Amino acid sequence: MTSSLLLFQLLNGLQYGVMLSLLAAGLTLVFGIMNFINLSHGALYMMGAFVGATTYNVSGSFLFAIAAAVAATAAIGMLIERLVLWRLYSRDHLDQVLVTYGFILIFNEIARTVWGVAPYYMAVPEFFSGPIRFLGIVYPSYRLVIVSVGVAFAIALYLLIHKTRFGMLVRAGSQDAEIVGALGVNVRKLNSVIFALGAGLAGLAGVLAGPIVSVEPGMGENILILTFVVIVVGGIGSVRGAFLAAMIVGLLDTLGRAFALPLLTMFASAQVAAAAGPALASITIYIVMALVLAVRPEGLFPVKGR
Amino acid sequence: MSAPGIMQRFQYAVLPLAVLLAVGLPFYASFADKPFLVIFATRLLIYALAAVSLNLILGYGGMVSFGHAAYLSIGAYSVAIPSVSGIHDGLIHLLIAITASAAIGLVTGAIALRTKGVAFIMITLAFAQMIFFFIYSLKQYGGDDGLNIRVASRIAGVSLAGNQTQYWCALLALTAAAFGTHRLLQSNFGMVLRGIKSNEERMRALGFPTYRYKLAIYVVSCAICGVAGFLLANLTQFASPAYGTWMVSGELMLMVALGGPGTVGGPIAGAACILILEDILKRMTIHWMGVLGLLIAFLGIVMQRGLWARRTG
Repeated sequence: MTSSLLLFQLLNGLQYGVMLSLLAAGLTLVFGIMNFINLSHGALYMMGAFVGATTYNVSGSFLFAIAAAVAATAAIGMLIERLVLWRLYSRDHLDQVLVTYGFILIFNEIARTVWGVAPYYMAVPEFFSGPIRFLGIVYPSYRLVIVSVGVAFAIALYLLIHKTRFGMLVRAGSQDAEIVGALGVNVRKLNSVIFALGAGLAGLAGVLAGPIVSVEPGMGENILILTFVVIVVGGIGSVRGAFLAAMIVGLLDTLGRAFALPLLTMFASAQVAAAAGPALASITIYIVMALVLAVRPEGLFPVKGR
Repeated sequence: MSAPGIMQRFQYAVLPLAVLLAVGLPFYASFADKPFLVIFATRLLIYALAAVSLNLILGYGGMVSFGHAAYLSIGAYSVAIPSVSGIHDGLIHLLIAITASAAIGLVTGAIALRTKGVAFIMITLAFAQMIFFFIYSLKQYGGDDGLNIRVASRIAGVSLAGNQTQYWCALLALTAAAFGTHRLLQSNFGMVLRGIKSNEERMRALGFPTYRYKLAIYVVSCAICGVAGFLLANLTQFASPAYGTWMVSGELMLMVALGGPGTVGGPIAGAACILILEDILKRMTIHWMGVLGLLIAFLGIVMQRGLWARRTG
């Protein structure tokens, strides 16, 4: 295990964490403010990837692809929220799980029908297809692009939430949504905008992921589970918590998968390591979540005043 | 607690019909030479059994467990792994299924029940994922390819390989589970559970150790689901980690919610509905999953009352 390998995996973990934070931010807001479990968040990520990939393949412009993906998913999010999902805010979590589970099936079927079952190819944008050399490693520059875009949006989101009136309403809503309504704010409109914002972020994550993951129907479900882990570890409703927890989860998951086997072989026989290594790598992050929940059920960075 | 839904209103018609159907089906199937009917019905009964087990904690206890399907896979591998090692005795398989499911349920439940609401949902999901990945990593037992079961379980000399035998076993198991849960919930234990769902703090104030009650029913529920897994493995002659994914857990939750939680008949009605609906849709269109999604979403929004029992609150 060399230091350059460690650096490589750290950067991978960083990139994965940034991806997760884009997804987690939207999900935690919707959960924290509207008390709404949205299982179809992963499907929105998938739609972002498909729309972005298609736009890129048709237009050749990565910027255009990003814009299209974000706009499309925000629009889809606003649409389903206004038409259907707002009715579920006052219902119990089981109903919300059911309806959004139904939406997962619908979105997957749409993707299957429009784009087919096989993975849809999106090339790494030419400008970023080369590697970057620094600190003794050769790292794909596209992944650094993801990190930069993600960090840029994190800063933008922070500014939005802490420096604008809209952001103030969001923060107030995550503490006490009823009072916000009682103070005369159009809560329904606010909720729609928040939902659309979350959807747009999910779409952004999707289009960014397009070149490096397999764009196919059902791609949202795996990352959705980890996103839920992130928001639970970070504290529901807390955007700051979502970002920090996403970095932790992203790093732990990547480093766990990379180094579980070599680390185990240092402490145990090769046979045991070969048997337990892969399993341990996959479940590391769930063990961490279980520990956090057992010790601090409200999350690591909960919203104060909830 | 739960008011009668559409189906339960006609229970004096529906119940005898269901019994007639259940008992008469295998005879009709062999008469009309349609073995598929029996296989389909067995699968329906197995999932109904799993839904009944989930209903114990979800419907009666109010605990939304998103990882229940994991116990299906545990039950299935309780057949597959001994079978590979040459042990074909069904009673041993069953014993392993029940004890393994109960033991793992005890451990996971003990931790998960320290939390409530969303955290509980997530932690049950996490444990299910852990179990899934653990089975996935067992390369010597097939891993993600699954494990073929060449020889079915034998109970008291009777092999569980035949369609009819499997059907009657599943029917027996479901009837036993349904009757058992009905009796359990009429008992004092059941009263306490219902009280916990209604207002846990009040029960604690009355002096009941609610954690223990919840853990107990959780373990029972997992054990029953393990039995369903045992039956599933024999039906398909196959064990796979895919039996325990969260999508399957979601389907089980759907069956309970659709049927209306809090009664014995609810999950059975829900399971029957979902599986029959899936089958019909599959024959109608290639896009059956999308249509199913639409139906689920629609039903979830519109139906305040389940088919068998109305959901309260």
